[in-house]
Formats: sequence, structure tokens, C-alpha cells
Amino acid sequence: MSSPEQWTHPEPDAAPAATAAKPTAEQVIAGLRATDEGGADLVQLLTPEGERVTHPDFDIDITAEELRGLYRDMVLIRRVDREANALQRKGQLGIWVPLLGQEAAQIGAGRAMRETDMAFPSYREHGIAWTRGINPTELLGIFRGTDQGTWDPVEKRFHPYTIVIGNQVLNAAGYAMGQKFDGKVGDDEGEATMCFFGDGATSQGDVHEGFVWAAVYDAPLVFFCQNNQWAISEPTERQSRLPLYQRARGYGFPGIRVDGNDVLATLAVTKWALDECRHGNGPILIEAFTYRMDAHTTSDDPTRYRLSDELEMWKLKDPIERVKVYLVRQQWADHEFFESVEADADKLGEELREFCTNMPDPPAERIFSNVYAEGNPNLEAQRDEFLGYVSGFAGGEH
Amino acid sequence: MAAPTMDRSTAAAPATPVQTLTISKALNMGLRAAMEANPKVIMMGEDIGKLGGVFRITDGLQKDFGEQRVLDTPLAESGIIGTAVGLAIRGYRPVCEIQFDGFIFPGFDQIVSQVAKLHYRTQGKIKMPIVIRVPFGGGIGAVEHHSESPESYFAHTAGLKVVSCSNPADAYWMIQQAIDCDDPVLFFEPKRRYYEKGEVDTTAQPGKLFESRVLRTGTDATLVAYGPMVRTSLDAANAAAEDGTSLEVIDLRTLSPLDLAPVFESVRRTGRLVVVSEAPSESSIASEIAAKVQQECFYSLQAPVLRVTGFDTPYPPSKLEEEFLPDLDRVLHAVDRSLAW
Repeated sequence: MSSPEQWTHPEPDAAPAATAAKPTAEQVIAGLRATDEGGADLVQLLTPEGERVTHPDFDIDITAEELRGLYRDMVLIRRVDREANALQRKGQLGIWVPLLGQEAAQIGAGRAMRETDMAFPSYREHGIAWTRGINPTELLGIFRGTDQGTWDPVEKRFHPYTIVIGNQVLNAAGYAMGQKFDGKVGDDEGEATMCFFGDGATSQGDVHEGFVWAAVYDAPLVFFCQNNQWAISEPTERQSRLPLYQRARGYGFPGIRVDGNDVLATLAVTKWALDECRHGNGPILIEAFTYRMDAHTTSDDPTRYRLSDELEMWKLKDPIERVKVYLVRQQWADHEFFESVEADADKLGEELREFCTNMPDPPAERIFSNVYAEGNPNLEAQRDEFLGYVSGFAGGEH
Repeated sequence: MAAPTMDRSTAAAPATPVQTLTISKALNMGLRAAMEANPKVIMMGEDIGKLGGVFRITDGLQKDFGEQRVLDTPLAESGIIGTAVGLAIRGYRPVCEIQFDGFIFPGFDQIVSQVAKLHYRTQGKIKMPIVIRVPFGGGIGAVEHHSESPESYFAHTAGLKVVSCSNPADAYWMIQQAIDCDDPVLFFEPKRRYYEKGEVDTTAQPGKLFESRVLRTGTDATLVAYGPMVRTSLDAANAAAEDGTSLEVIDLRTLSPLDLAPVFESVRRTGRLVVVSEAPSESSIASEIAAKVQQECFYSLQAPVLRVTGFDTPYPPSKLEEEFLPDLDRVLHAVDRSLAW
């Protein structure tokens, strides 16, 4: 059997397409896009420099303790991401899907949800998983190949990761329709659903159909599109002529573009959107304008298709750094606090490494388990025959 | 459309026509040759342009042929196939890349409803010279939907032709022949064998596209396989030879239409047949071969036709794929059972 490395890096001689030098005008046209310009409609409450700004439609009352909590969430989930990335490099995971750069989009959206709300993730939603109370160790098996997600999606109200692009959007629309049919929509105690997908997914028919269905049935569904600017190698212009949030208008519901690197703005906008849905005013589209700071997956090599200058621009908009600056400036956090978060991150990283390197391989029976809810005698016979064949090896017959 | 500007000297026949290539490189060269031969040949898919595809099969083609002949499409498989239909009606010969086997299903409707049926519906007035390239099969330690073998769905659909290459020479020639074909061709590429090497003679006269081929002659039993399982079957035949068992190995190459004449001829001599495939066995290519062989070779069979396949389950988490996928031991175990019948 080939090792993952053999197919992930087939062409060691591939020349990097990008350089670190200042881009020429042609390069700007060809690849270095104004991705850092969210446009006039961008909702922002905390600038990249850590300054609190106001917005006419959205604001948020946040305590020092709450903001320290958001900071801690973002630092910890970034550590999870970096540890998992490193575990892949050490051969402990087959692949990893980095969330680096999208911490604010995910922590802001995730912390806006209530326990009774439901979430449908794509496959990069490690930050959302964190806010749903999923232990990050439970993500590892998906990428190590021992399982396909071990949490209970009903108990956690967090659906399994969906890898086929856009599939989950229709599933989320259906779930939200069910919330409405069950009479759980209409007041402050109402339920809502959040669906996560990326800029690339907006081209899929399933996403378009999900917009149509949610609109027609007034479903309490927040479409949360993380526009991280890149669908593997394809920039957002490959998917759309107009800014993605503006698509909502065509389906008859509001679309809002929020600074996805601003955890306060993301939290404020998502809370508002969820409340609208609870009261029966859904669906709503949120485009979180952010940036994929790392590769699409550990198998990808972004130097082949994007300029490193773009990355440098976005480093200045780091979602965690701006919160740190604000916490310090407000004197809401001291050195001791930041040290304690670092210590927590170190501990979490160690737990992940320990857990990952000790994960047992699943038993062969797992291949055949839970294919059907009511069983299938033919499959059971196939299973028994195979397990008998395997035990022949164990008995030393061969 | 602007004529492609490229340095022909690098694409001309090399000093020695026989080169050692990987399947991946052979496919790349085959695609390039097809694009040079016919300006109506265009490539469509996700990440196939600037990146050259996630497996680099289209590496360098957009650079040399331009963005109007190598399209980085929006991320939508139904869109890729559906617009290929329109382009084909307009006289183009689209070659669509589906990034991974498990992502073909958003395009399934267009393949089954339009690509497969337009020629029939229009009584031949519209042809569908579309190639749909699909890296397929497991063994690469991937996550869900990246290791599947969906070929039977397409072989089951009238109007489609389905082939699979197993070695670099076939990869080079078969992709060009598929592009030349006026029927739609599903072209299944054995992704875990992409980097296996073999000799390719770019001046040789290739065999026909829709033909099976005997790769190794033998007398005791016949193995039939396609795509990634051809290597496994050849390895099994080598191992069996050391134990004094002579296995014949046939590379199916074409799954629809099936070319079973070489299989019938072989089974009439050996009396025993084992079909090897990664796909689940129920209602599969392997089932069809078993049915046809018992019909045509009933009095020659010394044992029932046996199938060594993936199980009738979803593709499991990758830590279990060694158990799931047919390997040398499982093939030889089936051969033993057949011989002992």
C-alpha cells in the first residue's frame, strides 16, 4: 500500500509559482487580488489594529470576561490546528485540513449559538466543533483514518463533517424546516440552525437549492459562508461575479458581509441572524470575509497558485492579535492571563499528541458495522466469512 | 479561438520513442498529444489549470494551451458535465476531470440523463464525444469519498462507454483513443498506481481501445482484473508461480462494452476463473463477468467463478482499507479454493 506521502507530494521538482518580492502590476492582475478589501458593506467592530469601532446596524455589549473567553477559544483552537498539522507531518495523520486564519469567524459564529441550535459543518470547522463541546481529540480519527467522526451528532447538535462540497446545505435546510414544522420558531425561545460552507461551495447546485428551499419554507437557517478567498487553487472570482453576500437578495433574504477576522463583529452579526431566525424571519446569509492562511489541506502546495504577498497582507489582519491588543489597551487582561492561556494551549497540545499517538486501529468488524439500521443477512454472511478468513491468519495457518 | 502558442520542439517525438514514464506522466503526455492533434479538444475541471490538477495530470497544459482550452471551472460537478454537453453539441470534445471518484455524484444526473441518452434521443443527430476522467479506487490513506470505485453505475447505463487503464503505455494511448471516440467515455484512472513506472513507445501502433488483453499466460486458472487490481493480480500470479501454480492474467481494460472473448478462450483452457475488483461485488462488473462466463463456458468450468472484491459496505475508514481491498493473499486464497473445488 502506498503511504500518503507518495500521493500527496508526487512532483518534488515542481517550481514555486510565487515569489516573496513586491508584486508587479501584471502579478496583481494575475493573482494578487485586493482580497483584503471587504468593501463598504463590511461589518467590523474591532479593527486589525485593535481599535473598537462602531457600526450603525450592529453592536455588541461585551464584558472583559467574555472577551477573554473568546481570546482563549481562539488561541486554543489555533493550537489544536497547528498540533494536528504537525502530527500529519510526523505521519500520525493521513491528512489535515488547516483552519489557520479562520479562528475568529468560527469562534464568533460558534459562540453565538445556543445549545438548542443545530450546526451543519463542512470539514474545516474545528473551531465550531470546539464551541459545540466536541473534544478536539474526537476530530483526529477522521484524519488518521480510524473512524469518520465519533461524537453523537444528535446530543451535540453538531452534524458529522461533510466532505462532498455543499451537500450539507440542503440537509441543514431540511433540519431547519423541521424546527419550523415542530413549532419551535416564533419567539425568543425559538430554535435555529447554522450551516457552514465555503466560497467554493457557492457554485454547487446543492447550495443554490438550499437557498431556494430555506426561503420558500421560511426556514430558521443561517447560511454561514466563510469566504477564505481560495477554493484549493481557484480564487473567489472563479465562482462569482458579485460579492457572495449579495447573492442572498436574489433569493429573497438578507445577506451580510462581516469581517471574519473580527470575532466581535462575527459574534454580533451571527447572534442577530440567529435571533431573527428564532423569531421566524429566516433565512439569512452571512459571508464571513476571511483568509485561508495555510494550504487547503496538508496535501496542497499553495505556492503553485498564489503570491506570498497576499499572505503577508493578511498576516496584518490576524484575528487573535487584534483582540490581544484591545484586551491590553483596555487593561482587561494582564500578563498572568496571557501566560495562563499559553499554558492551557501547551497542555491541550500535549493531550492531542498523546491521544493521537496512542489511537488503536479499529477492528476489522468495523468495516461491516452499521451499514443498515435493520441489518442485512447477506452482508452478515460476508462479514462472517471474512472474519473466519482473517482468523485463519491469526491461527498461523498461512 | 486563438491558436495556442507553444514550443513545438519540446513536444515533438523524442530522440528515442521508448521512454520510462509514470502513469501520471503518460496521461499528461497523452492529453497534450490529443490537444495538439485537435484544437477542439478542451479540458474542464476544478484546479486543473494553474495548479495542474490535484494529481498534476494536467500539469502545464493551461500554460501552453491557454485558459480557453484548459478551464479552471467553478466548483460544481453537475456544472462541469452539463456545460460539457453544451460544448459537445457546439463541436468541442471536452475532457472533464472529476477530482475524486466520490465527487462524481453531483454530476451523475447530467451523465445518466443527458450525456448517455442524447445520441439515442436524437437518433444520432447529436454526438457526445465527452471523456470524463475519474481518479478512482483506494489504498492511499484518504478521507471519505476519496477512495471509491463507482464504475458499475456507469457500466450499467446504456449509452456510456467505460474503460480503465492499468499501466503507463495504456494510459498514454487509451486516453487519446477515448478522446477520439465519438461516444462518451468514462475513463477510470487507478490513482494509487499513478506513480508506477513502465515503458511507453510513443510511436508504436496501439491496440484497440475496447479490447481486453492477456498480460500473462497460464494453465491452471485465470485471473481477470482492471485498473489498480491488475498489478495485484500480476503479483499474485508471480507468487503462485513460485508454488508451481500457473495463472493466466487478463487486463479487462474495457468495462463497457465488455470484451470477454479472451476471457472465454482462457477459461475454456484453464477451467477456473477468479475476478478481482475493488468495487463491492453485488450487481457489479464482476457479477456480469461471472454471469457471462457461466453462460458461455458452462461445460469447461471446473469450479464456480469466484469474485475477490471490496465488501458490500461503504468504503471504510482508511485504517481498514488493507482489510477492505483485495490483496495478494485474498486472491491466492480464492485461487486455492477454486483449485480445490
